[in-house]
Amino acid sequence: MNDANVYAVKSLTKKEYLAPGHRSCLGCGEVLAVRLVHKALGRNTITASATGCMEIVSSPFPLTSWEIPWIHVAFENAAAVAGGIEAALKVLERKGKIAPKDIHVVAMAGDGGTADIGLQALSGAMERGHKFLYVCYDNEAYMNTGVQRSSATPFGAHTTTSPAGEIVPGQITWKKNMPEIAVAHNIPYVATASPSYPLDLVNKIKKGAEAEGPAYVHILSVCPTGWGVGSEETIKIGRLAVQTGFFPLYEVENGRYRITVDCEELEPLERYLQPQRRFRHLTKEMIDFIRQRVLEQWEELKRRAGQTDPVAG
Amino acid sequence: MKKRVGMEVSFAAAEAIKLCNVDVIAAYPITPQTHIVERLSEYVANGELDAEFVPVESEHSAMSLCVGSQATGARSFTCTSSQGLALMSEIVYITASLRLPVVMMLANRSLSGPLSIWNDHSDVMSVRDCGWIQLFVRNSQEIFDHAFISYKIAEDHNVLLPLIINFDGFILSHMFEPVELVEDSIIKQYLPPYDPKYVLHPDRALTMGAFAMPAVYTETKKAQDEALRQSYPYILKAWQDWGDLTGRYYHPVEESYTEDADTIFVALGSFAETTGEAVKTMREQGHKVGLLNLRLWRPFPFEAFSRAVKNARNLIVLDRAISYGGPGGPVASEIRSALYNLENRPQVYSFISGLGGRDVTVQDYIDMFEKAISGKAPQDEIFGVRG
Repeated sequence: MNDANVYAVKSLTKKEYLAPGHRSCLGCGEVLAVRLVHKALGRNTITASATGCMEIVSSPFPLTSWEIPWIHVAFENAAAVAGGIEAALKVLERKGKIAPKDIHVVAMAGDGGTADIGLQALSGAMERGHKFLYVCYDNEAYMNTGVQRSSATPFGAHTTTSPAGEIVPGQITWKKNMPEIAVAHNIPYVATASPSYPLDLVNKIKKGAEAEGPAYVHILSVCPTGWGVGSEETIKIGRLAVQTGFFPLYEVENGRYRITVDCEELEPLERYLQPQRRFRHLTKEMIDFIRQRVLEQWEELKRRAGQTDPVAG
Repeated sequence: MKKRVGMEVSFAAAEAIKLCNVDVIAAYPITPQTHIVERLSEYVANGELDAEFVPVESEHSAMSLCVGSQATGARSFTCTSSQGLALMSEIVYITASLRLPVVMMLANRSLSGPLSIWNDHSDVMSVRDCGWIQLFVRNSQEIFDHAFISYKIAEDHNVLLPLIINFDGFILSHMFEPVELVEDSIIKQYLPPYDPKYVLHPDRALTMGAFAMPAVYTETKKAQDEALRQSYPYILKAWQDWGDLTGRYYHPVEESYTEDADTIFVALGSFAETTGEAVKTMREQGHKVGLLNLRLWRPFPFEAFSRAVKNARNLIVLDRAISYGGPGGPVASEIRSALYNLENRPQVYSFISGLGGRDVTVQDYIDMFEKAISGKAPQDEIFGVRG
C-alpha cells in the first residue's frame, strides 16, 4: 500500500451518493463498486447510466437511490449521453450561462452495455476526446436479463446462452479485452479495479476523474447470483480473481503501464474457479488450457509494465 | 430592413439555426441533410456561432448526445434523413418521454430497401407515434422561419416537447430559392434564451429516466399524450406571434380554393406547391377543386381539418409512403379515421405517389382528379406504376 492509499481512506467521504434501500441482490459486488466510485467522485458529479442491473435496482419511478444528478436513457448510449452532458457544460460555461465549476461527467454501464451493444458509442466518445470518465461494471454476463453470455464472459463459463452441454462446454470464446481496446484509443487514463481492493479502486476513480480527457475504468464486479457463489463470498472471490492473475489490477497512464496490486506468486487458478457454479463442469484439461492463457497474459502485462516504465513507478 | 436573398435551401436552414444561437449540434453525415451540418460546422470553425459541434459516430449517438446536452440545459440541434432516422429512432422516442425540447430537421428521404437516396416520406411516417411535435414546410422561407418558431414552441414551459421540421430531401433541400432574412432585433424579441425547467447539475440531485412498473406506466404514457395534445394552442400562438412580427402567418391546415370545392387535395410538404399549380389549372378549366396543405402532422389538427373539408364530396389524399398491407397510405388512413364520425363525410381517395424521388407533375394531379371523380379510382392506389 502506498501513501496515496492511506490518504484516500482518510479522505473518503462518509456521505452516501447511492442511498441505501436500493434493490440489488444480496452480496452484489457491482453495487459495492458503484457506491465506492461515487464516494470517490463526490457531489460535483453527473452520471449517465446505461440500462442494466444498476439502473433497475436504483431507479424504480417514483423512487431513486441517487443523491447526485443522474440520467438513464438507453442500453447502448451512456457514452454518447455523457458526451452531450460534457459538451453542454463546456459551451454553457463558455457562454456565461452557468457558473464555472469542476463537474465530473461520468458514464456507467455493464459489460454488455460496454463491450457489446455500447462499444460503438464508447469508441466514438473516447476518440472525440470528451473529458469524461467511463466506468464499466463487469459481471461477465447479461445478469439483468437472466445470465446470458456477453463478449466479456470468460472462456468456459456456463451461462443461460452458453450452457455447459454434452458437446459444448460453456462459453468457447475468450473474454474481450476492453481495457486494451480503451488503451488503443490513446486516452490519458485506463485502469482495471475491483471492489475487493477498495483503496486501489478509489484512487483510480480519482485519477480518472482528473484526467485531461477520456478515462476508462473497468471494474470486475462479482455477481453471486450469476456466478453461483455465496453472497458472503463476494469480496473473497474478487480477491482471488486478482491473486490468481485472472483479473490483474493495473493502470495505463498516458500509455505507461503499472501493475497496482502486484502478486509475486500467483495463487493456483483452481482456487478462483472451483468455488463458482458457472465453472463447475470444467475438466482438468480445460482448467489447464485457461491457466496457460492467464499466465501468458500476466507475463505480457508484466512485460509492458516493466518495459514501458523503466523507473518502476 | 428586410433583406431578400437567394441561397440554397439547406444554407437558409443552417443560417436560421445559427441565428437561434444553438449551444450544441450533434451531426452525422447522411444524404440529403449534409449541407445543413456542413454549413453549421463552418460557422463554428469561423467563430460565427459559439456552439459545440460534435461530429458523432452515428445518428444513434447524435440523438443520444442531444438528449445529454439538452438535459444539461443546452439548446441542441441535429438533423438527419432516412436510415439515419431509423437508426436513431430508439432514442427519438425516449427524447419525447423525457420531455426534452430538441429540434431536429428531417430532410425526408425514402427508407431502404432498395436503397434510394431520393425523396419520399417513408422515414417520417416510420416514427409517426414517437411523441414529437411534427410539422412540414414547403419552401425556403418556411424552413427558415420554422427554426425560430420550433424552438419557441418546443421550449415553452407549457410544451417542453421535441419537434421535427420535415422538409423534402433534394426537391427542397438542394434548391436555390429566395428567402427573406429577419432582423436580429426581431429574433431577439421573438425567441428568448433557452430557460430549461429541469437540468442535470450538482446543485440539485435530479433523477431522469427512471423506469416504470405496470402500476405507473399507463399514467406516464397518458400524461405524455396529453402533453402533446395540449401543445396545440401554444403552437398556434407561436405562429401568430411570428406572423405579427414578420407578416408571415402559418396555420395547422392551410386552405386554397376550398370554400366551394367539391374535391379537395390534401398534401404535405413541398408537393403541396405543385398540387397548388395543378389546382389553379383545374380551376381555370372550371373544376371545383381546392387544396389543403396539412402543415401540422402531430398533434393532428382534428378540428381544423374537419372544418376545412366539411363541404367537400371527395378528398384526394396524397401519400408519400406505403403502410404495407395496411388501409391505404398512412396519411389517408389517418384522415379516414378522423372523418369517420362526421355525418356527411367526404369520400377519401388514397393516392400513393412520388416514392423514392419519382416526379409527380401537374398533369399527374389532374389525372388523379379525373380518376377520382369518374368513380373509377380504387379507394387506395399506388399511382403511376409503370409496366
